[in-house]
Formats: sequence, structure tokens, C-alpha cells
Amino acid sequence: MEIKRTIKLESDRVPGFGRDLMKVPGCEKLEGCIQCGTCSGVCPLSIYMDYTPRQVMALARADFKNEVLRSHTIWLCASCYACTVECPQEIRITDIMYELKQRALREGVYVRRFPIPVLAREFSEMVRKHGRITELVLVIRLFLKTDWLGALGNWRLGLDLMRTGRFTLWTERIRHKGDVDRMLAAIDAGNGKHP
Amino acid sequence: MKLAYFPGCSLKGLGRAYEESLLPVMKHLGVELVELDDWNCCGATAYMAVDEVKACVLAARNLALAEKTGQQQLMAPCAACYLVLNKAKHYFHDYPAIKKTMDHALAAIGLKYDGDTAVRHPLDVLLTDVGLEAVRQKVVRPLKGLKVAPYYGCQIVRPYATFDDQYNPTAMDKLLEALGATVVRYPLKTKCCGGSLTGTVPAAGMRMVYILLNEARKRGADCLATVCPLCQFNLDAYHAKVASQYGPVRVPTVYFTQLMGLAFGLPEKELGLNRSAIRLDWRPEPVPTPASKEAVTA
Repeated sequence: MEIKRTIKLESDRVPGFGRDLMKVPGCEKLEGCIQCGTCSGVCPLSIYMDYTPRQVMALARADFKNEVLRSHTIWLCASCYACTVECPQEIRITDIMYELKQRALREGVYVRRFPIPVLAREFSEMVRKHGRITELVLVIRLFLKTDWLGALGNWRLGLDLMRTGRFTLWTERIRHKGDVDRMLAAIDAGNGKHP
Repeated sequence: MKLAYFPGCSLKGLGRAYEESLLPVMKHLGVELVELDDWNCCGATAYMAVDEVKACVLAARNLALAEKTGQQQLMAPCAACYLVLNKAKHYFHDYPAIKKTMDHALAAIGLKYDGDTAVRHPLDVLLTDVGLEAVRQKVVRPLKGLKVAPYYGCQIVRPYATFDDQYNPTAMDKLLEALGATVVRYPLKTKCCGGSLTGTVPAAGMRMVYILLNEARKRGADCLATVCPLCQFNLDAYHAKVASQYGPVRVPTVYFTQLMGLAFGLPEKELGLNRSAIRLDWRPEPVPTPASKEAVTA
């Protein structure tokens, strides 16, 4: 049996993390969190989370950067915005989750082999390359990268899609493909935050 | 009435039955939709997780393209597109730094966005502009006896409720009643379907789908009506998987536009009803022909 401490220590903090987070558009009101737990109560996914949304708010504000960026919570958030509209302090919790996901991806500290961050990456890559998403191709790429055996378990779904005329692997794309690249390059060049 | 139309990737892919039914229904009501030329993916929820500013810029290209056509209104039927396009517009107005980035990036491809394009959901257009009376007048096959659970999902009214109530939206309820259907009380109408979690974390996703289907079943609904391609896919395509874990719950899920098409008496093959894994078999009474009318009056 492995003995682990169950409380956080002052030395686990990354001072300045919370302050910096609250400067991001949409994250400003985190300061006012009263820890009421309404977010955790309305969240349809909190029962699967390692930290509840309320705990993530407290940890993020108190500079526990590593705990929140490595949590499953930020990736389990399905962006349903239930917490955001219910929060009595008008904290945009969903947007804070988005910001934490971005930081976890940028720093490469997200949970390994967890399919959700892989989906986000594959999705954005497909948009960059083609300007549009072809859902089936995206899903197949996701399974190949995370759990190709799991893909076989979905054979019935694949058959249903064929039966209903929805199984196409033809990749949708926009005509002005250069547009996406040029816009993204302009953002990278013009903004220090997005090198 | 004429609007620019942003179909989004799903309506060209897994959710094509939504477009297939939306276009004839809108045409039937005199709403002209002009597909935005060379539109790009809105970014959905996935791109927001990678880079929120870039996601807003991608969405803004569509808003700028719509403005360029001279159309001040853009119809976005997919819930995710509707939210993201609205969010980009909000960020454009609320955060000067993001507006600057948007202007800069759009200028790089010779576009400009003034922040005016109104992003409209079909339900909004139907209730606000077309009006329920006009809808009622087009009903030739009332959906009499069909019990429908109205399911709105998350992103139509959250977080930017513009045309309906955030906690208890009723736009689709009213529309379905105008079609002659019986609207079942469905308290889970805005509960999340799980989104892409059905694929990425099936344990969580299947449970969320089961809860929604089972509630509709318990309340005696013949079908669920939805406004979102991902909700429709989740509630339709995973029946077998859900049944293997929780026992059978068979409730077909259709787009509200498909029910409109049935009530308007539009040809069934135009409505994409055969695109579902779990099909709705129920049909309204056929349109009375002059002969049958005479028979009744005689």
C-alpha cells in the first residue's frame, strides 16, 4: 500500500498562476468565487471528475497550477454552460475550463492517452488543413491514435451509417484553403501570446 | 424574407437530414436561404480548447463573408455553430484586444467584419419573423396524436439566450403545438447529451444518452424532437450500445424540421427520415383528397 498525503501544501503552488489566469478574457470574475458549489451541483459530468468544478475554481485561484492542468475535470467538461448560467457570481466557468485546456495543451501536461485532448488537436489540425471537418474521417483518425481496437467495437454503428447513407469518407474542404493559413499566421505574427 | 445560410460541417455530414428537411420547409414558408459561399468550419467546442482567439477568428471569417454579401442576417441551424458564431460576435464587441486580432487576421485575407451580422437560429426566425400563424396555415396533415418530447440541448440558449428563456425554453414547444402535436412535459429539455463524450468517454456518454431517452420513454413520448445534429446523432445512433448496458429504450429522435415537413405534407423523401438508425414510423393522416372530402360531407 502506498501512503500519499491528501492535502495540498503551500510549496505545491505556482505563485502568480491565478492572477495571470484572471487577466484572460472571460476569466476575470474567478476572483469572486464564493465556493457555493452550484457549478458542481448542476454539472452533468462532475460525478466522473477527479476534482469537482468548485474545487477547480478554488485550486486555480489559489495558484495550484499543476493540479488543475493535469486534472481530468477540464477535459470532461462538455461545454454545456449549465454552470456558467447558474453561477451566482457570474463566473464564466466554461470559459475558464477552455482556458485551462489551452494551457494544458500548450504545456503538454494533459493526461496521456486520454482521447479528448487528442480529439481537440486532430480537429483543429483538420480545420487548418481543409477549412472544414469531415466527421467520420475525424473519428477514424481519433480511434487510430488512441484506441484502434475500440474502433472495432463500433462496427454496428458503421453499418447503420452505411444503411442510412451517411458513411462518406470524401473530405470536405473550402476553395480558398490559403485563407485559414494566412489568418492563423497573421495572429501568430501579431500576438506575443500566440507564438 | 431572405437570409444568408451557414450550414456547418455536420449538416453536410452526419446531420445531413437536418439540412435536407430544413431547406424545403423554409422554402415552403417563403424564407429564402442563400448558402454562404466558401464558408469554413465554425471551430465548434474542440477548437476553443486549442486556442480560443483563433477559434473566434475562424468563426469571424464567416461573419465577414456574410456581411460582404450584403446580408445582415445569417441563419445557423446547428447548435454548436450558432453558439460559436454568437460567441465570436460577443468577443468582438466585448474585448478590444480580441477585436484587434480579428481585424488584423481578416485584413490578411482581404475581409472586414463590422460586428453587425445577426446570427439567427431557425426557431428564432420561425417564431419571430415567420410567426406561428403562418406556420399553422401551412399545416395540411396535423400531427394529431403524436406525443413529442421537445429537446433543446445546451447551446441554443446557453450562455447567450437571445430569443428564448435560458432555463425553460418554449419556442419549439409552441411550434410543435402549432403543428398539431402533443407536447410532452420534458424537464430534461436543456440537459447536455454528452456531446463528443459518447465517442471519447463512452462510460459517461452512454449514461447521459440513456437518461435522456429513458425520461422521454417514461413520459410516454413517441419521439424526441431536436435542434442540434450532435444531439440527434447521440440520441439516435447509440441505441444498441445503451441497450446493452441499461436495457432497451427505443425512442426515435427527429429534427423539428422533419416534423414540420410531415405536417406541411411535403414529400417524405425530401425530409431525410430514412437517415435515422431508429426511424419514426408514425405518420399523420393523409391529406384529404377532394373525393374523400365529398365522401365525408355526404
